[in-house]
Amino acid sequence: MHVPFCASRCGYCDFNTYTASELQGSGSSPDTWLEAVRRELTRARATVGDRAVDTVFVGGGTPSLIGAERLGAVLATIRSEFGLAPGAEVTTESNPESTSPEFFAGLVEAGYTRVSLGMQSAAPHVLRILDRRHTPGRAVDAAREARAAGIAHVNLDLIYATPGETTADLRGSVEAVLSAGVDHVSAYSLIVEDGTAMARKVARGELPAPDDDVAAERYELIDDLLSAAGLQWYEVSNWASSAGARCRHNLGYWLDGDWWGVGPGAHSHLAGRRWWNVKHPARYAAALAESADPEADHEVLTPTEQHTERVMLRLRLAEGLDLDLLDAPARAEADRAAAADLLELRGGRAILTRRGRLLADRVVQDLLLASETAPA
Amino acid sequence: MTTYADRTFTPPERIRNFCIIAHIDHGKSTLADRMLQITGVVEERAMRAQYLDRMDIERERGITIKAQNVRLPWKVGDEEYVLHLIDTPGHVDFTYEVSRALEACEGAILLVDAAQGIEAQTLANLYLALEKDLTIIPVLNKIDLPAADPDRYAAEIAHIVGCEPEDVLRVSAKTGMGVEALLDEAVKQIPAPQGDADAPARAMIFDSVYDTYRGVVTYIRVVDGRIVPRERIKMMSTGATHELLEVGIVSPEPKPTEGLGVGEVGYLITGVKDVRQSKVGDTVTSQRRGATEPLTGYREPRPMVYSGLYPVDGSQYPDLREALDKLQLNDAALTYEPETSAALGFGFRCGFLGLLHLEITRERLEREFDLDLISTAPNVVYQVTTDDGTEITVTNPSDWPEGKVSEIREPIVKVTILAPSEFVGTIMELCQARRGQLGGMDYLSESRVELRYTMPLAEIIFDFFDALKSRTRGYASLDYEEAGEQVSDLVKVDILLQGEPVDAFSAIVHKDSAYGYGTSMASKLRELIPRQQFEVPIQAAVGSRIIARETIRAIRKDVLAKCYGGDISRKRKLLEKQKEGKKRMKTIGRVDVPQEAFVAALSTESSADKAKK
Ligand SMILES: Nc1nc2c(ncn2[C@@H]2O[C@H](COP(=O)(O)OP(=O)(O)OP(=O)(O)O)[C@@H](O)[C@H]2O)c(=O)[nH]1
Ligand SMILES: C[S@@+](CC[C@H](N)C(=O)[O-])C[C@H]1O[C@@H](n2cnc3c(N)ncnc32)[C@H](O)[C@@H]1O
Ligand code: SF4
Ligand SMILES: [Mg+2]
Repeated sequence: MHVPFCASRCGYCDFNTYTASELQGSGSSPDTWLEAVRRELTRARATVGDRAVDTVFVGGGTPSLIGAERLGAVLATIRSEFGLAPGAEVTTESNPESTSPEFFAGLVEAGYTRVSLGMQSAAPHVLRILDRRHTPGRAVDAAREARAAGIAHVNLDLIYATPGETTADLRGSVEAVLSAGVDHVSAYSLIVEDGTAMARKVARGELPAPDDDVAAERYELIDDLLSAAGLQWYEVSNWASSAGARCRHNLGYWLDGDWWGVGPGAHSHLAGRRWWNVKHPARYAAALAESADPEADHEVLTPTEQHTERVMLRLRLAEGLDLDLLDAPARAEADRAAAADLLELRGGRAILTRRGRLLADRVVQDLLLASETAPA
Repeated sequence: MTTYADRTFTPPERIRNFCIIAHIDHGKSTLADRMLQITGVVEERAMRAQYLDRMDIERERGITIKAQNVRLPWKVGDEEYVLHLIDTPGHVDFTYEVSRALEACEGAILLVDAAQGIEAQTLANLYLALEKDLTIIPVLNKIDLPAADPDRYAAEIAHIVGCEPEDVLRVSAKTGMGVEALLDEAVKQIPAPQGDADAPARAMIFDSVYDTYRGVVTYIRVVDGRIVPRERIKMMSTGATHELLEVGIVSPEPKPTEGLGVGEVGYLITGVKDVRQSKVGDTVTSQRRGATEPLTGYREPRPMVYSGLYPVDGSQYPDLREALDKLQLNDAALTYEPETSAALGFGFRCGFLGLLHLEITRERLEREFDLDLISTAPNVVYQVTTDDGTEITVTNPSDWPEGKVSEIREPIVKVTILAPSEFVGTIMELCQARRGQLGGMDYLSESRVELRYTMPLAEIIFDFFDALKSRTRGYASLDYEEAGEQVSDLVKVDILLQGEPVDAFSAIVHKDSAYGYGTSMASKLRELIPRQQFEVPIQAAVGSRIIARETIRAIRKDVLAKCYGGDISRKRKLLEKQKEGKKRMKTIGRVDVPQEAFVAALSTESSADKAKK
């Protein structure tokens, strides 16, 4: 479920999200959004039929900005249209500054079981470079409040290798994360996306570009500190304190699951067909108001594309890639990668070593290219 | 509308044959446009700028590569005339096109930009025309420009042509001003062609072009007798005979006619499929009762610069061969033979007239035949005598002998540079640094100097022209011609990746430049080759002596770490793009080198585009 609202736009962010002033005059508001997503849920029900929902993930944007009540209303609609499977995982992303103990209490009451907070860093100058609105301590406090309110699973997002961040800054951020007692951490190396304010600053020479060698070092540090504290990697950028703490919703994305993406610009996947909605909240709401399909475009995956995605996504998991998915040339390439300390071949699966995790894209490309360029 | 010029067998005294010659961009093709318009052969609405620049690449680059002829009607008073006009290219690489055109003419319009004055190719082309005893009509063009200084340049031209400044005509090819008077003057000054209408036919081939639909189209200028369709003709150099399927004129599109008489210019089609069977410079005669003495021929230019052309995708090698075969049909100056490179695989060593010729050929291959090519650094032809007296001709650094050599000779050229006199000092410095020998210096006027140097060709085929331009704020112009060879102290510099020599990067350079080449290539490659999973040393070596070294550090991170939520397509597309990039890389030893690295490392600052100005 995509909530396309933010209080302000962070300089590095290229997500489909809008500030209030950007939406002024478009007729879009959290309420029109709510109205529209409810209609889409009804449509989804008509298409999918009777199928209980295992996981819900409300992301953004900034879901916390629309308040616990609307978040509760969304979940209620999902319940009434589909019903939730027993033990369903229900997550919402939240930005630390728009949360409070009452907010979390409201989430619990509505049935949310998991909260993911965009902490990014504990260093004030790094938060400033990232244009974040919250103060350094707020994310950790919010995580504690969430747990106190009875949210079973709490995640903190970190961004590392931001220009200006030192090793000590990062160490401080990870220690702060650990002090919050969360059971899940996502850590992403900063990507300077085209078209963002940050990209313009880099182009003008006002900000140095992130350095890959630094990012590699920081990744290793994060992995060391988290593993020492009992959080194990289960995907290249994700760590959890136990199997039960892993984000089942995201695992669904990575393991070929079916999902319906509700909201402006949201992406869906049902049995090999991917589609995505129109991006602007006003166009999205307008389509649904006319009982029209908000789909912008779609693709039906070819077997090759399906294979590419499988290798690309599964190899990133600690569970690894089933070697049976690889043909002979790719198997040979996997052996080479193992000899180069990039993969570990164990129990019929290929699992990235830590060095391999840092070079995962290369390993994936080499596996795919091995099959493609092998003489027929 | 039919005109006087539509009928052939025009009496020679009613014919005038001339070409327009000039430095690059002085407005030859634009002047030809006005002539097409004023004589009425191209209607107003069909007109487009540089009408005769018919190739895509000419239109894109705004330069003429191929000379084009066209037959025009013109009246002076009540007298009707036929004009054969040839528009020529101005770039030094295509001087041979000018030479061919001159074979078909009695006169030449020497066009000079009135805001620029005489430039190096103005002189070079003027001398070519004078060698052929052509009547020169000096003309100042672009007099509409505010910066035009016709008085000053008329004096300059008068000085070199040997006429009075008043004799220099003034036109604007853009507005058409003075063009009618110029045509009148051409009729008045240029001698009519002479020939014996009753003698056996003799016609000079001055161009030969392959056309997909019509086969080889041969352009001729009839000297004696007549050429008529349905007759068998004979090529005098080979004795080969062909059926004449069509004889025609160009006005400005091809038009079949009843034949061509003395002094007339036109085309013939025989059904041959290969331009080499219809060679420029050859004499065409009739098979029966043909002539016995050929006309004095014209020598095809020899390639001056060699470069290896390789398909990025090795499987395109047969396509490249086919494409070269086809291009050569139209470009006898292009030579090629297969070669293999350890780094680049199968390709061809190709000979070109110069850098622009190389670049244009490459671009045409890529565009017209949908190929992706890598070209190696261009080099000249070296003659090497080894210690045991063997003579080796080296057109590829890979053929450089390993052992001791007793003598190495390299081609030299006579270079003419024209520039404002204030730049003499800097130009001399530059030429000296490029191993130039000053041959002489003349003042064309108070402020303009002609410098003559003898220089190794190898020193000017790279970035010499750019260096010259930047040191003279763009005011200098350059021309050069072959001038034999000289003994030089040259060495081969090899570039090694992880200890493996990469033949594509080897270069023959003067002993004193070896270090410079080695360090600059090594540091360029360090920037251009992406980091690999292991450290890659780059070395430059002369023989077994390492003269420069750089290291590409191992890559540590290559993974997308960002949350894209359910947008898997985006991630997959990114990956596919990177994968395609990787597929296009050449693997040398264990090192993946992107095509762009070859292109960038092998290209000099001087792309031929820039050489244009
Ligand atoms: N103002 C002005 N510009 C002109 C005139 N004649 C030509 N030009 C411009 O000069 C440029 C070069 O003209 P071309 O006719 O292509 O020159 P060219 O001599 O045929 O060039 P090459 O074939 O490459 O040697 C073009 O931009 C023309 O528009 C003129 O009389 N006045
Ligand atoms: C879907 S986003 C938005 C969630 C929420 N609005 C926030 O910013 O906290 C989830 C996470 O992606 C990460 N992220 C967003 N843009 C990024 C970028 N350009 N480079 C690296 N990570 C990024 C941040 O860690 C962010 O918390
Ligand atoms: S708060 Fe999150 S979604 Fe909103 S602009 Fe910042 S990073 Fe993007
Ligand atoms: Mg031209």
